[in-house]
Amino acid sequence: MNHPIYEPRAAFQPHGHGHTAPVRPSCPLFNTLPRADHAARSRSPRRGHQLSACAHNREQAPPPSPNSPSIHPSMGSMPEKPRHGLGSLVSGLQEVCESGVTKDLAWRRSQLKGLLRLLTEKEEEMFDVLRDDLGKHRAESYRDEIGALVKSVNHTLRNLDRWAAPEKAQAPLVSFPATALVVPEPLGVVLVFSCWNLPLGLALEPLSGALAAGNAVVVKPSELAPSTAAFLATNIPKYLDPRAVKVVLGGPEVGEQLMEHRWDKVLFTGSARIGCIILAKAAKHLTPVALELGSKCPCIVDRLDSKRDTQIAVNRIAGGKWSLCAGQACLAIDYVLVEEKFAPALIEVLKSTVKRFTATPECMARILNEKHFKRLSSYLKDRKVAASVVHGGSVNPKTLTIEPTILLNPPLDSDVMTEEIFGPILPIITVKKIEDSMKFVRSKPKPLAIYAFTRNEKLKSRIINETSSGSVTFNDAVVQYVVEGLPFGGVGQSGSGQYHGKYSFELFSNKKAVFKRSFLIEFMFRYPPWDNGKIGMLRHVFNTNYVLLLLGLIGLRR
Amino acid sequence: MEESAAAVVQELRARFAAGRTRPAEWRAAQLRGLLRMATEMEAEMCDALHADVGKPKTEAHVHEISLVKSSCLFALKNLKKWMKPKKVHARLVTFPSTARIATEPLGVVLVISAWNYPLLLSLDPVIGAIAAGNAVVLKPSEVAPATSSLLAELLPRYVDSTCIKVVEGAVPETAALLEQKWDKIFYTGNSKVGRIVMGAAARHLTPVVLELGGKCPVVVDSNVNLHVAAKRIVAGKWGCNNGQACIAPDFIITTQSFAPKLIEALKKVLDKFYGKDPLLSADLSLVVNTNHFNRLKVLMDDEMVSDKVVLGGQRDEKELKIAPTIYLDVPLDSAIMKDEIFGPLLPIITVDKIHESFGLINSMAKPLAAYLFTRDSKLQEQFEMNISAGGMLLNDTGIHLTNPRLPFGGVGESGTGSYHGKFSFDAFSHRKAVLHRGFWGEAKARYPPYSPAKLKILRGVLEGKLVAMIQAILGFPRGK
Repeated sequence: MNHPIYEPRAAFQPHGHGHTAPVRPSCPLFNTLPRADHAARSRSPRRGHQLSACAHNREQAPPPSPNSPSIHPSMGSMPEKPRHGLGSLVSGLQEVCESGVTKDLAWRRSQLKGLLRLLTEKEEEMFDVLRDDLGKHRAESYRDEIGALVKSVNHTLRNLDRWAAPEKAQAPLVSFPATALVVPEPLGVVLVFSCWNLPLGLALEPLSGALAAGNAVVVKPSELAPSTAAFLATNIPKYLDPRAVKVVLGGPEVGEQLMEHRWDKVLFTGSARIGCIILAKAAKHLTPVALELGSKCPCIVDRLDSKRDTQIAVNRIAGGKWSLCAGQACLAIDYVLVEEKFAPALIEVLKSTVKRFTATPECMARILNEKHFKRLSSYLKDRKVAASVVHGGSVNPKTLTIEPTILLNPPLDSDVMTEEIFGPILPIITVKKIEDSMKFVRSKPKPLAIYAFTRNEKLKSRIINETSSGSVTFNDAVVQYVVEGLPFGGVGQSGSGQYHGKYSFELFSNKKAVFKRSFLIEFMFRYPPWDNGKIGMLRHVFNTNYVLLLLGLIGLRR
Repeated sequence: MEESAAAVVQELRARFAAGRTRPAEWRAAQLRGLLRMATEMEAEMCDALHADVGKPKTEAHVHEISLVKSSCLFALKNLKKWMKPKKVHARLVTFPSTARIATEPLGVVLVISAWNYPLLLSLDPVIGAIAAGNAVVLKPSEVAPATSSLLAELLPRYVDSTCIKVVEGAVPETAALLEQKWDKIFYTGNSKVGRIVMGAAARHLTPVVLELGGKCPVVVDSNVNLHVAAKRIVAGKWGCNNGQACIAPDFIITTQSFAPKLIEALKKVLDKFYGKDPLLSADLSLVVNTNHFNRLKVLMDDEMVSDKVVLGGQRDEKELKIAPTIYLDVPLDSAIMKDEIFGPLLPIITVDKIHESFGLINSMAKPLAAYLFTRDSKLQEQFEMNISAGGMLLNDTGIHLTNPRLPFGGVGESGTGSYHGKFSFDAFSHRKAVLHRGFWGEAKARYPPYSPAKLKILRGVLEGKLVAMIQAILGFPRGK
């Protein structure tokens, strides 16, 4: 019921963080843009940081030949030449795995504790690099990345023994005496590609899961958040076992080289376009891949009767849009669906709230770079879209700022409504009746999250049953991310594979079925040469008719 | 061909979108239909399986039809329970709230099955897909044509043919199907085609379950009940479609001193099971076709191994029969030790100490199943700890797959994803996270404009401090 039949068949084109437009948000790992474009992706002028200068040089460097290391020596944890270096890196990690070091529970715990120490001791530095890369306020950095990570790693530490313990399964009576177990075991050497928008959280959250499951891990941070990437490359070897955890820095070409190797699992966070490339490359080695992609996450706002409810809903909507990396997040609200009659009231409250929230510029993160700035401002240049602006709309190319902008009913075929926005622009689409919003949502690819503000229980259950998405959150936005009991991940175009909490552990584990039998009891009817009597006995076994089986065995019944 | 594949998918998408496959009643009705089919058409199915691989009736019954039936029954019994949303602990940070995990069908799925167990490997995944509420296209293997056409004929008679379709065909038909966008592809077969399936799925970001094979090792310690062990090895190797099974023992590792005794015991059991001339036995399956016969012939005629035969070696090309054949001490770099054998040949590798088997197994690709025969519980434990495999069975072969409470599937080269029982349901479902929040308990500290006081409360909340939680819920800090 929920599968949009109009879903584009050429699925690798239109959405996720990657689009058909010449510029794309999110990690352009295998960016095939012409070199001029690479140069244009220079960083904001107000950041004369040394590390970003490194990134600058790297981006403008000539395309790498197999012999020229594309990892900047001063930044990387890997001084070797990439192609050879990566080969020995992977085989080195495989040896570490085979030695059994990473499988040891004490080792896993020590790694998680190391991660916690990193998060506590280097907190100030992390605030700095996040401000440097994205202009995030420390409160936002703490809430969405550092604090969320501390909470999650603590949760993992508390539960690790239970997760790692073999789980007993029932064994059929006929195989008595027997024990059936499901034993989680590490997959081996895994690769984590993180993304630039939550550059710490999206690198360390999967890393913690992979370590908890006992794997050796390579983390490839996004080159578009260079300060954070350099921070990770410098500090991870100090706090975690450098034999089993490596950070590899670099851009698309390094990502591509990494994918030439055989991994036991790859987790990729980024755009659907690159996700396709990763999957295709992984197929060569039969490597299972978890894809955490994005989508246009809708927010359905029912008519709310009290002023207080409306204000709270708007707080949460504004929080889930403008104060989440300025809307540059896969879980951020992409657009709002509301009844025509309720729209004016909602817009009024939205306007006043957003003014209050973004009174000082440091309370909203910055647009990543010029490329994304151009992409976002091009949405607003569309004449029909510009006409739909009801709040904000101004852009400043010098400072790369885009004012928090609200649109009312922009054309549904405009770029801002066909692509993932990934920025501080919020379209509001009106429907006649709020129930119509479900049809609207279903006509789009399955999103990572659906948000709905309502007190109507019937509407809630209809949303759960009639739409499909990675998650559904009622009366709030984005907070499902910090509930460890809930799996985090997309479905369809928003990705596959889920993580967080126990799901991270499971994602990076192999559930090995172990069945133990003894030599005690032996039924000859299992074996050839076959006759009708044996078939009869087997029939009893499968029908779990143990009385007849027993009678048969002692020769009383056939 | 492409158009017809596209038309099938489009039709199923429309049905799925209309919600036809979602209700528990529809799912149960289809499962009951399959159950009826397996009961009423048992004779036809046995005939088809005999025509395709010369499968003895008992094997057809035990390994395929019965397993299909018990799989249906298990799903029917548990369906309601599986479909129920699971409550999870939401913890204080989002207090007050309730969190649930709801399962929902993925949509339209494709099942591509294999020829060696053409009935079971077709219907077992379909059972999971139906239980999870999906619309399904089944593409049976063209290498087992009788079963393929039987399925195409029977399924529409027993299940809702508007949502469950059989598409028959070989490579071009499969390629046309793979061009389409699916919500999941479930493939059983070899790793070469597995790579092609995964590559095709990548274009549409489609998740895949790959059930592949691998060289399943059997480690035989000297501390065993030799007669029972030999019977169970023979039953798992030659009694499972004459070795043409993904979980069949591929090779044995035992100690040099124990090998002669083991071979003696295997000989005795083989004699008893299949008679003096196994080529005449009706209880052995045939080699499926000339291609496979020739492939096995090449393995047998390899100079490196042809003088290592200790038992069997007879073959009849016209009848596509090969006798159970055992080799002793073949070189590890011979062809027979490189690829999955998938036939009635069984090499025995000897080591000085049984523990050396671990290194040998770990030097090869991860198998679908690993078997160990020993009474030594310490060795059992070490085997469990040190060997990675999809499944592991101690003191028996093959039967772990009959336990619906164990996941069945490979790891690494032997595949990805698992099924059987609830694992089938999960393989074809999406776990949707659902969080319910109320309008009270509004934590101002979450929102800008930020201040040190707000950061302090956030810190407390995320660290699980009760005072901070209360402050947050009461809307501190005030006045901002």
